[in-house]
Amino acid sequence: MSDSIFDHDHHVPAVALPSDIPAALLRKTPLNLPNPAELEVLRHYTRLSQKNFSIDTQFYPLGSCTMKYNPRIAHTMAALPGFARLHPDTPAQGMQGLLQVLWELQEWLAATTGMAAVSLTPAAGAQGELAGVAMIRAYHAAHGDHGRRKMLIPTAAHGTNPASAQMAGFDVVEIPNLADGDLDMAFLDQHLGPDIAGIMLTNPSTLGVFERRITEIAARVHGAGGLLYYDGANLNAILGRVRPGQMGFDAMHLNLHKTFATPHGGGGPGAGAVAVQERLRPFLPLPVVAREAAGALRWLDEGDLPRSIGRLSAHGGNIGVLLRAHAYLRRLGRAGVGRVSAYAALNANYLLRELQRVGYQAAFPERRASHEFILSVSDLQKATGIRALDVAKRLLDFGIHAPTVYFPQLVPECLLIEPTETESKATLDRFVTVMAQIRREALEQPELLREAPHHLPVGRLDEALAARRLDVAGGL
Amino acid sequence: MPYIAHDAAETAAMLAAVGVERLDQLFDEIPPVLQVQDMALPEGLSEMALQRELEGRALANAPLRCFAGGGAYAHHIPAIVWEIAGRGEFYSAYTPYQAEASQGTLQVIYEYQSFITRLTGLEVSNASLYDGASGLAEACLMALRIQGGDKSILVPENLLPGWRRVLDSVLGLQDIRLVSVPYDRATGTLILPADAGDAAALIIPQSNALGLLEPVDALTDWAHAHGLLAIAVVNPLALALLKAPGVWGTQGADMAVGEGQPLGIPLSGGGPYFGFLACRKAQVRQLPGRLVAKTVDGQGREGFCLTLQAREQHIRRGKATSNICTNQGLMVTAATIHMAALGGYGLQQTAVLCHERAVRLRELLAGVPGVSLPYGGAFFHEFVVRLPHAAVAVRDALLGYGLLAGLPLSDWGMGEAGDLLVCATELLEEADLLAYRGALTSVLETL
Repeated sequence: MSDSIFDHDHHVPAVALPSDIPAALLRKTPLNLPNPAELEVLRHYTRLSQKNFSIDTQFYPLGSCTMKYNPRIAHTMAALPGFARLHPDTPAQGMQGLLQVLWELQEWLAATTGMAAVSLTPAAGAQGELAGVAMIRAYHAAHGDHGRRKMLIPTAAHGTNPASAQMAGFDVVEIPNLADGDLDMAFLDQHLGPDIAGIMLTNPSTLGVFERRITEIAARVHGAGGLLYYDGANLNAILGRVRPGQMGFDAMHLNLHKTFATPHGGGGPGAGAVAVQERLRPFLPLPVVAREAAGALRWLDEGDLPRSIGRLSAHGGNIGVLLRAHAYLRRLGRAGVGRVSAYAALNANYLLRELQRVGYQAAFPERRASHEFILSVSDLQKATGIRALDVAKRLLDFGIHAPTVYFPQLVPECLLIEPTETESKATLDRFVTVMAQIRREALEQPELLREAPHHLPVGRLDEALAARRLDVAGGL
Repeated sequence: MPYIAHDAAETAAMLAAVGVERLDQLFDEIPPVLQVQDMALPEGLSEMALQRELEGRALANAPLRCFAGGGAYAHHIPAIVWEIAGRGEFYSAYTPYQAEASQGTLQVIYEYQSFITRLTGLEVSNASLYDGASGLAEACLMALRIQGGDKSILVPENLLPGWRRVLDSVLGLQDIRLVSVPYDRATGTLILPADAGDAAALIIPQSNALGLLEPVDALTDWAHAHGLLAIAVVNPLALALLKAPGVWGTQGADMAVGEGQPLGIPLSGGGPYFGFLACRKAQVRQLPGRLVAKTVDGQGREGFCLTLQAREQHIRRGKATSNICTNQGLMVTAATIHMAALGGYGLQQTAVLCHERAVRLRELLAGVPGVSLPYGGAFFHEFVVRLPHAAVAVRDALLGYGLLAGLPLSDWGMGEAGDLLVCATELLEEADLLAYRGALTSVLETL
């Protein structure tokens, strides 16, 4: 039986409600939330925190999620009262310090991506995608090109890509990948035409390999009048080395909570800044920070960018996350950004070789890994019925977070593994030792995996019961 | 090398294992023409130098006593809230897809959902959306899915304009029509529309952008009488005092959405905050975003997991209820701890204090020569004062007194040039209120 906050409730007197508000508008019964003592609150949530895996306590090789160290200095700086207590509607003259930070971040992200202009406002990758495809839609509309309804998206793309395209009013056409991981160019050619709005790509792709014909793809899509959108989820693989702007992309988002080391926070908040080529600048989401000739900084609004796709949240976006990303980038500087991708690639390629050495099968053995790679345990499934999920759950018993499993879906029984650059060789070597042991267990004692995890607060949970009973609020 | 552990010997050993000599060779599948060796970035800083630089930037933001609201509010946050929310096990964890390794985050979300359902009087709450405004856009899309067909949304003209602009951006992408509902210029509150047209839902803000309380029972009943869904837009702290949306009118509102920032989230220049969205259980399959349920493991032990994931983009892709993936998780953790730390009693007490401070300030400001009160209706903790000069000029002059005096309604294209929306919270003591009156008196004398 888990400890519930509702178990800590002390009787307190009712609060008298104001008499100047009509009774019909007031609460009829006291607010039925528990009244625990502060020490009870502290212990309850501290104990809950101890039931979590986290980067601070465990290796977290979660593919596509870039679970790198979140530098504490960034957290400390974002919490400075001069930032934390700033009301969003403070006039610009009262927030020049914040605007300076945001303006610099815009400039640096533009330099890093090879793009002309940046808006920091999207709250997460998916909102950045929505902003990106909305800009593509607005661009075509501004050119009187209203027939471009189709958005091309690889089958292996993140689920947010088709969902965002759909929310922006596009029809999604999925494009398959070839056996070597690259895009099917023949299929692409079949779908290029006057109804194409653009294509959404991740590069390196979700298959953990670099799309080698990207400039050719860009030429063909542009030739058909379409634009290219870059999903920045895998930017860590090429940071400081390859710029999406030079690959031919017109618009992109950056996941600052991945590449720029801001925390994932148990699901968010992130930040999904968008960067665009010059021709899309008029359509950027608002607000954007601008520097006047005299050096003063201010927010741009609808009067400055009348063709903007508009606003995505009530204020400037996830400012506290942007402050953290700025601190990280400032700490790394021009020499540090290239090291990110270099060591991310080194860790991934080293881990791939070592895991192959102990018997695991790579999905794309002929290809160089990017910052992540895919293993398939189809061989184990054929031999003993053990699935990728079982390997993942057994890893938890060793104090290692599971890799991403069953994504991308086109590789059967896959594990998508991303170590990130902030893990040491010793951590990777221990992971290899554990994975080798799990492989032996799979062949010799498969039930050990099927019943894993054994050493966590709970074992595998009954998800069907959860959905059927739908106990989503309680404590009564 | 900041945040990278490898020494030269380790790097060499790893390169040898991979079968290359230099780090650059790891990128040999990328066309050389695409690779650059330098970027226009500043040199890196030591942590010490970085701290010095950013502390300077933080000090360049004026420290102001805050009398501004408009959707973001200055409240006291108990020290334990971020002490615990900032623990690495919460701060640096991923989305709780691996339930066994995420029971802490999952139970926190379950408790959060429980608290939100009690505040709103509805049965289900999701695990958060980006902010109140984007949450309202999602609520409208949800209402359209429930109602089916090609319908519009009724949007009050006294909804916060920043929220309206988000609706324009997000719903506009799907060519959804937004039909404005006017408010009575004399009372500041909504006028019941003559007919509902083809609307799927009516948005009901409590409080509205002028800080005034709306006749929510009548509005909810009107919506239901015309076959519309009622979407309540509420301040969660105000719900400690005000009638819960679930019991508005005879049937209750169908959805409640709002900005969660008043629950333990720093102002932080505008974010990160979080949006909450609650609904009836019958409509849970149209709810966007993550949802946590209680269940058991193979040994019958109680545990928590994400549920009904077939609504979400990682399963349903283009047919999902929303594209949302990353939400505002850590803000929800902080809000949950905040609500527990204050308790039901503390939340009610805080809300009452906010109201009393606002009543007192309104009375003080009304006594300043030339200042009048355009609206007489009931309010929670925000109200409009009408100044004898442009509110923008008065607001700017009061910055010199260390006060952020409020929000000029002219910035929103509402009211008259002299209208200033003023907010008071529990943070402001009598001395602060008197200081505001004194400063305003001086400024009005000199303008």
